[in-house]
Amino acid sequence: MSSRYFGARIRRNEDEALLTGRATFVDDVQLPGTLHAAFVRSDLAHGLLRGVDAAAALERPGVMGVFTAADLGEYWQPGPLLVPPAPIEGLTFHARTQVPLAREKVRHVGEPIAVVVAESRYVAEDAVEDVIVDLEPLEAVADVRAALAEGAPVIHEDLGSNLAAHAVQTKGDYDAARATADLVLGRDFTYDRGVSAAMENRGVLAQWDERSAQLTVWDTTQAPIPIRNGLASMLGLSESQVRVVAPFIGGGFGPKIMMFYPDEVLLPWISMRLDRPVKWIEDRFENFFSTTQERGQLHEAEIALSSDGRILGVKDVFVHDTGAYDPYGLTLPINTQCTLLGPYDVPNYYSEFRVAFTNRPIVTPIRGAGRQQGVFIMERLLDLGARELGLDRAEIRRRNFLSPDAFPHDHEILFQDFAPLVYDSGDYEPALDKAIELIGYEPEGPVQSEPGGASPAEDGGEGTDGEDGEGSSRRKRLRGTGIVSYIEGTGIGPYEGARVRVEASGKVCLVTGVGTQGQGHFTSFAQIVADQLGVGVTDVRVVTGDTREFHWGTGTFASRGAVVAGNACHAAAVAVREKILRKASEILEVAEEDLMLTEGVVRVQGVPDLSIGLGELALRSNPLRGAVEPGTEPGLEATSYFGPRRGATASGVHAMVVSVDPETAMVEIERYVVVHDCGTVINPLIVEGQIHGGVAHGIGNAFYEELDCDSEGQLHNASFMDYLLPTATDVPPIRTAHIETPSPLNPLGIKGVGEAGAIPVAALFAQAVEDALKEWAPGLEVRDIPLSPNRLFALIEEARAGGGEEGA
Amino acid sequence: MDATQAVAIRVTVNGERYERSVEPRLLLSDFLRQELGLSGTHVGCEHGVCGACTVLLDGQPVRACLVFAVQADGSSIGTVEGLERDDGLHPLQAAFKEAHGLQCGFCTPGILMTMVAFLDEVPDPTELEVREALSGNLCRCTGYQKIVEAVEAAAAGLGGKP
Ligand code: FES
Ligand code: FES
Repeated sequence: MSSRYFGARIRRNEDEALLTGRATFVDDVQLPGTLHAAFVRSDLAHGLLRGVDAAAALERPGVMGVFTAADLGEYWQPGPLLVPPAPIEGLTFHARTQVPLAREKVRHVGEPIAVVVAESRYVAEDAVEDVIVDLEPLEAVADVRAALAEGAPVIHEDLGSNLAAHAVQTKGDYDAARATADLVLGRDFTYDRGVSAAMENRGVLAQWDERSAQLTVWDTTQAPIPIRNGLASMLGLSESQVRVVAPFIGGGFGPKIMMFYPDEVLLPWISMRLDRPVKWIEDRFENFFSTTQERGQLHEAEIALSSDGRILGVKDVFVHDTGAYDPYGLTLPINTQCTLLGPYDVPNYYSEFRVAFTNRPIVTPIRGAGRQQGVFIMERLLDLGARELGLDRAEIRRRNFLSPDAFPHDHEILFQDFAPLVYDSGDYEPALDKAIELIGYEPEGPVQSEPGGASPAEDGGEGTDGEDGEGSSRRKRLRGTGIVSYIEGTGIGPYEGARVRVEASGKVCLVTGVGTQGQGHFTSFAQIVADQLGVGVTDVRVVTGDTREFHWGTGTFASRGAVVAGNACHAAAVAVREKILRKASEILEVAEEDLMLTEGVVRVQGVPDLSIGLGELALRSNPLRGAVEPGTEPGLEATSYFGPRRGATASGVHAMVVSVDPETAMVEIERYVVVHDCGTVINPLIVEGQIHGGVAHGIGNAFYEELDCDSEGQLHNASFMDYLLPTATDVPPIRTAHIETPSPLNPLGIKGVGEAGAIPVAALFAQAVEDALKEWAPGLEVRDIPLSPNRLFALIEEARAGGGEEGA
Repeated sequence: MDATQAVAIRVTVNGERYERSVEPRLLLSDFLRQELGLSGTHVGCEHGVCGACTVLLDGQPVRACLVFAVQADGSSIGTVEGLERDDGLHPLQAAFKEAHGLQCGFCTPGILMTMVAFLDEVPDPTELEVREALSGNLCRCTGYQKIVEAVEAAAAGLGGKP
């Protein structure tokens, strides 16, 4: 088999539909007679729900119904626990999952209390204003530390406290290692929340058809199959009566795989009651409350180092904010716990976390999913340790890397998929060397020019700001370089499936159960199949995200689409290839070994005029007369599944050069380099795009995006006017290079890449900014993310006043 | 004026004339998407920041979520559905495909419309000019780099290569 497409920069099959406006997103589906829903949401973060008076709303012309928890009867039930807790010894875990509509109390601002259904969205929103909600305020707790304090208001009363979970994982004996250390360095760190900000908000359209007793739901979900299964069981329908379609999705990033959002539960039920299609499209304001968020954690961390910079042990004790409910179990804190270890040999590790309920929106994974925080802690400890020991920052990392012969490497703790945290493969030094070369990093400090173009003009770290300074005013700009490493556990099980079928036209249809949110699956999966079947990549029509087309699957999360579904596509294509060759060998009466499969035709080597096209073979595999031989199946079709034993470990190094205006604390990223190992690469164009997007997301998290929430749980910046996403002028050009250590855990050798760009950016920002300011503001330490210009300004002032020592 | 009292309007969209009667409060974005079925114009924020809803109103890029349909009465509107030419994709669309300037594609129609107008005005932009022109459109997927490359390639006349 020739590999014509795998590894090539193939242009995407899905682009034409998207570029011309023909691609169908959930809100683009318009059905006659559709009703529109709008939610009455809580204004308070914590309160007792005394009553809901919908009389005025029901009188408004065009309103078809107002539903509260009481109307739902038996259908009202808390959502499922999506991920049961890992079997960690001594674990405490309390599941409290979200409810479709608040019943006795509200636990965060924006929690839905009632849903109004009307002839138009405009009328539904008018009617929301007519609904009178009687809420008795309770004291709220928005801060994760306050939530665990003695006497804090309790969010789930029956628990008696806000502790959702407590777990300890250890390796070796940290205390003993600490006793032998030359340097023990401890710091507190915070990582704050942000939103995923997919450009498309969430939305659901449910259509119950009474005659055929069929429910169809269009949903902006990353997991259509689990949504179908859940809806069928909740509504008492057969899975064959429920079809869930996740059409084109305008970005997912994690929160679109929360199950079940209240709207996902309610709309199908309402459609069945009213026998009309019902649509709800979230607006951007709602998105800041009703879609899940992530990243709030407080860490108290400590590293024990030898004088030559070797890690003897790490201790990390942290609190994770899960918001008002915890449907995702412990996925996030366990990811943090595991990812902290990075590409390093850490012989002794003590990691303890508490998860706290707070009166804030629900927390579930967002691109990176707890990994950012772990990487931030470890990289910060190494930076500060290197500074203390007088070591170079790149060198301390190099000294602690796992060596290439250390794989598979067992970290002796459990990962989020409940399997032991074992790295499959990796080789970290070449990535570091490559990044050093590309960014032009020199030990002892930053370089001042592009590598190769050595211009000493800006030595001393000061440049001029010619572009945006007023008139000719020259402003001082200080340059700094950062370089950090990370690993990412990707592509975990349980499984995905794919079905490949050659059609009578000679074209190929590939169906898989995963949903797709812009990752290019219509192309990368087609590449895998096209190579096996000897057809053009545009001859493979990929169908994803429609439960009527494929019954089994889980969803797109944990950078697993390409790894798990990609390998299922491969397996199915291999099986179809075998069928093709067997059938052709029968028809042409030639041994299979003498057949070649190219350009959609099976040919006989050395006999140019003996051949048969795939279309004809497909027809003859599905005869209208005669019998299909026992033990064979009609058609050129195969369905295969792939489930990896455990996740594949991707890794990388990011480096950047920043310049900081010390007077205004504005930071400009001058250069950015990513050297990344995601195993074998199906399509470098798509991988680069994923990395660029991840880095941009990471830059937002590190410097721009901050939820301004007060102690009452009220959010003050729920709009894109006030919550700043990085724009084209904030994100620098990003240079990427690939290192390839194929994963031994799957036949294609792929590791996931969807989240990699975002994971180490905050750690990198912190290091580069400290480097830039090391003379201007000596002792300045970045310990809190996001590092907004305001926060950096305060840090500079503090350090210059000599106050940079606290926390040491 | 009663906000729910329908008003008759006439517009030309992508060269086709439409007459409809609409509520004065109906947004142009909703009008295009729901009344005319032109759902290529996307809505990402409805408060004028993300740029996903950008259309050309008498040749000028505007945010359709900040304009009422009645304000467009008598105007000529261009949307993403009108970009394609008889012989295929508009050179800018082709350049986006070539450079991988889109991932989920949700922001793409608004960016295309913004950039079509920009390239009309600045046919030979620098990278910085492209980035500044683009900075009013948010994209969460691409990190902008390949969008910038696509616009530069289109400007250089390379994007349309068949
Ligand atoms: S939807 Fe109009 S600018 Fe965002
Ligand atoms: S491509 Fe997804 S938001 Fe731009």
